[in-house]
Amino acid sequence: MPKDGGIGASSKRREDVRFLTGDGNYTDDINVNGQTYAWFVRSDVAHGTINGIDTSAAEAMDGVLKVFTSADFESAGGIPCGWQVTDRHGQPMQEPKHPILAEGKVRHVGDPVACVVAETLEQARDAAEAVELDIDELEPVLDMKAALADGAPKVHDELTSNLCYDWGFVEENKEAVDEAIKSAAHVVTLELTNNRLVANPMEPRVAVADYNRATGDYTLYTTSQNPHVIRLLMGAFVLSIPEHKLRVVAPDVGGGFGSKIYHYAEEAFVTHASKVVNRPVKWTSTRSEAFISDAHGRDHKTKIELALDENHMFTAVRTDTYANMGAYLSTFAPSIPTWLHGTLMAGNYKTPVVYVNVKAVFTNTTPVDAYRGAGRPEATYQLERVIDKAARELGVDPAELRRKNFIKPEEFPYDTPVAVTYDTGNYHATLDKALEMTDYAGFEKRAEESKARGKLRGYGLAHFIEACGIAPSNLVGQLGARAGLYESASVRVNATGGITVMTGSHSHGQGHETSFAQVVADMIGIDENMIEIEHGDTANTPMGMGTYGSRSIAVGGSAMVRATEKIINKAKKIAAHLMEASESDIELKDGQFSVAGTDKSVAWGDVTLAAYVPHNYPLEEIEPGLEETAFYDPSNFTYPSGAYVCEVEVDPETGKVEVLGFTAADDFGNVINPMIVEGQVHGGVAQGIGQAMLENCVYDENGQLLSASYMDYTMPRADDMPMFDVDHSCQTPCTHNPLGVKGCGEAGAIGSPPAVVNAVIDALHRGGFTNVEHIDMPVTPARVWAAMNS
Amino acid sequence: MKLSDSRVIAAPRDEVWAALLSADVLKDCVPGCQEMTGSPEDGFEAVVVQKVGPVKATFKGGVTLSDMVEPESLHLSGEGKGGAAGFAKGGADVKLEEVPEGTKLIYDVEAKVGGKLAQLGSRIIDGFAKKMADQFFERFQQTVEGPGEEDSADGEAETDEADGEGEKKGWLKRTFSS
Repeated sequence: MPKDGGIGASSKRREDVRFLTGDGNYTDDINVNGQTYAWFVRSDVAHGTINGIDTSAAEAMDGVLKVFTSADFESAGGIPCGWQVTDRHGQPMQEPKHPILAEGKVRHVGDPVACVVAETLEQARDAAEAVELDIDELEPVLDMKAALADGAPKVHDELTSNLCYDWGFVEENKEAVDEAIKSAAHVVTLELTNNRLVANPMEPRVAVADYNRATGDYTLYTTSQNPHVIRLLMGAFVLSIPEHKLRVVAPDVGGGFGSKIYHYAEEAFVTHASKVVNRPVKWTSTRSEAFISDAHGRDHKTKIELALDENHMFTAVRTDTYANMGAYLSTFAPSIPTWLHGTLMAGNYKTPVVYVNVKAVFTNTTPVDAYRGAGRPEATYQLERVIDKAARELGVDPAELRRKNFIKPEEFPYDTPVAVTYDTGNYHATLDKALEMTDYAGFEKRAEESKARGKLRGYGLAHFIEACGIAPSNLVGQLGARAGLYESASVRVNATGGITVMTGSHSHGQGHETSFAQVVADMIGIDENMIEIEHGDTANTPMGMGTYGSRSIAVGGSAMVRATEKIINKAKKIAAHLMEASESDIELKDGQFSVAGTDKSVAWGDVTLAAYVPHNYPLEEIEPGLEETAFYDPSNFTYPSGAYVCEVEVDPETGKVEVLGFTAADDFGNVINPMIVEGQVHGGVAQGIGQAMLENCVYDENGQLLSASYMDYTMPRADDMPMFDVDHSCQTPCTHNPLGVKGCGEAGAIGSPPAVVNAVIDALHRGGFTNVEHIDMPVTPARVWAAMNS
Repeated sequence: MKLSDSRVIAAPRDEVWAALLSADVLKDCVPGCQEMTGSPEDGFEAVVVQKVGPVKATFKGGVTLSDMVEPESLHLSGEGKGGAAGFAKGGADVKLEEVPEGTKLIYDVEAKVGGKLAQLGSRIIDGFAKKMADQFFERFQQTVEGPGEEDSADGEAETDEADGEGEKKGWLKRTFSS
């Protein structure tokens, strides 16, 4: 019986009313009185020496207030990187300066070199055309392996090479892994590319800064997933503005997918420029700029080896990965191929030893950072592809090969050989569920039907695990994080019982305003509509770390639970006073405080009113008012997992792949709002299918991004997608957070790419193309056709 | 992108060579050329208006001649900056061989684009570059040979920014015959 409110109810998303009626308030909707407009002059070569920038003609043009170059930022710091990785030899990664505007050299197409601030957008744009750049083009560094060759041109002259770090994990296990592979009964090897993607949120990035000369206060409105992080990074490391003089507001944000986590140069630019020109400054990215200046995702090249014994039990995994950092280190970039990737290489399996080597490389391309899943899709893709290949080589059922190697339900908590401990899970349950949902047993018959129509049908299975609920601060601190990753919430109860929750999490599509309210409503037993969720403004929310890594309900939700528990405890004290009873006898149910074993009760609203109108109140024992704050730091990651199945038909004449069905059986632990969870899985799967079949960044040999518009970068559309079959009935609640939740935001994008590619390879093998071992994503008709005809 | 081709021009090699070094000839032959000034020794300054796919821009840039072996071969290179549209640059190795019909002009062209041109026009840039090269050498042939020997090339009608055909043919004949 579906609930009609509280935890577990599919409450409709209240925020959709404003989004669907055009009443959202996005950053570009914010116009500050007297605002000016910024237009960036960006490098159109990938690598070059800046001989000079002539701004004189531009500065003489109508409406131009100032043309900025790097000389205007001499006192500012570079854009900081939030994570330091230590390499195999104990050395810190190479960390080049990331200037706000290019200094001395340009390092990727789109690198901002100068910026015009003018009265109107048109004037700024026109004047930007008149800025004369004198740049000597240098040979670009593009291919990662070539970038590490002796004598390769360097992206950063001050570094010793283009190698950011050479990371080994777990370094102590290297010999054991080498030995296990050497002595294995079977070793299955696969080389693959995890294709570079552009996040493409519907709303491009925007930043509006307003400096107040009278007070010395700065306000920055920006399209961010984490306004407090931007305030800290930009204030403390770039512009030297103390937090109490800097307010950062991330209002309605139209999607992020990771690309709006990072502190970008444009944010620091408008903030500084607003003070210099003493006017508000607005910058709105065009879609063309977004393609070359938003951080990209993925871009790994990997060789993976899986060793198995004679009983087909996994004995070791060894990987060798090149990870593209792009031209500069974006905020979290170094952590993605390491701690969000290496720690997942055990997957759902009992592989005893794992060794992951990652070489992170600077190239003359747009910086690369987290994109939905971030490191975990890369890990899952390698592992689930090589297991599929192993099953084929060994002639065993891919589901059975996985099942026999799974960690068993009774073996949790399970210490993996890659540093993390899975608290709970049941992989057999999700696998069985997915096989049942997709009628695995009936597949052969369906394949025959396809064959009769001249099509090749394929069944692709992938299982995944992810580390979410990011993250235990003391652990990530040891791993190189330069920030804590707790979350915060303030719960403010109003006199008549309504509640405002101010959360450090940020909602940009996740539906927090609905699901967070459900949690508080459930705890107190009042209507969801009595609760309002505030987020996105550093002026009225406690210091929080924002939303990414499927962390909001697991970490932000837990902070909110802790703060609400404090509220309830205090309210019970007040209720005990009002009813002249012992606090320990007070029970709260359905918004009523009652004395156990009696018929005495007071309503929630009576207690909250007493807190603010304390005429009859234990003032000598407790303060008036009802407002509490909590900070929650998780003790472990959460580990959502699931089994994904894709069924495809390949046209052997053209290579075109049609996705006939996609099924997701996830274990997210407890679920707050099933409808929102389904929506998150739908979105993630759509992005995963997009990566597997359509999306790709292509640079030419000069470092020009060729797939830099929607004419060439193929976004998934509705007709590329089947109807999704989504289930989350397999629930092993998280053992260490108060809600038992694991997070669901990234799962779809993590589990789906290998399921799609496994299905395509299966279809080709069934069609007799048994020499096709792998096709790199995106599996376009051209690539599939070429593989069939190779 | 790279392309190679050749064509036979019904004119003596010296005459073809001289035409290659003439700013006026280059102005008439570079598709979309609005201005061309300068000399073979100091290089030429040019303003060219072109439309590549969705991007139309005025390119300002220079053309330099190098590796000149009179009257056999030279290297022509140019770079045009189109402001917000990005840039286009290219080079051509040109060889002139004496053949019974006149002079065989052999060229290897390499071109590249950057910025918005690459971002938005990459799918059509190969075809565009080929069209530009074909138009240039087609016009060059006609300019050197003079009017009446061949119909104008298919591509020329599309380049409405260029000067009228009739005017320049007459002009060249007069230049070389004077």
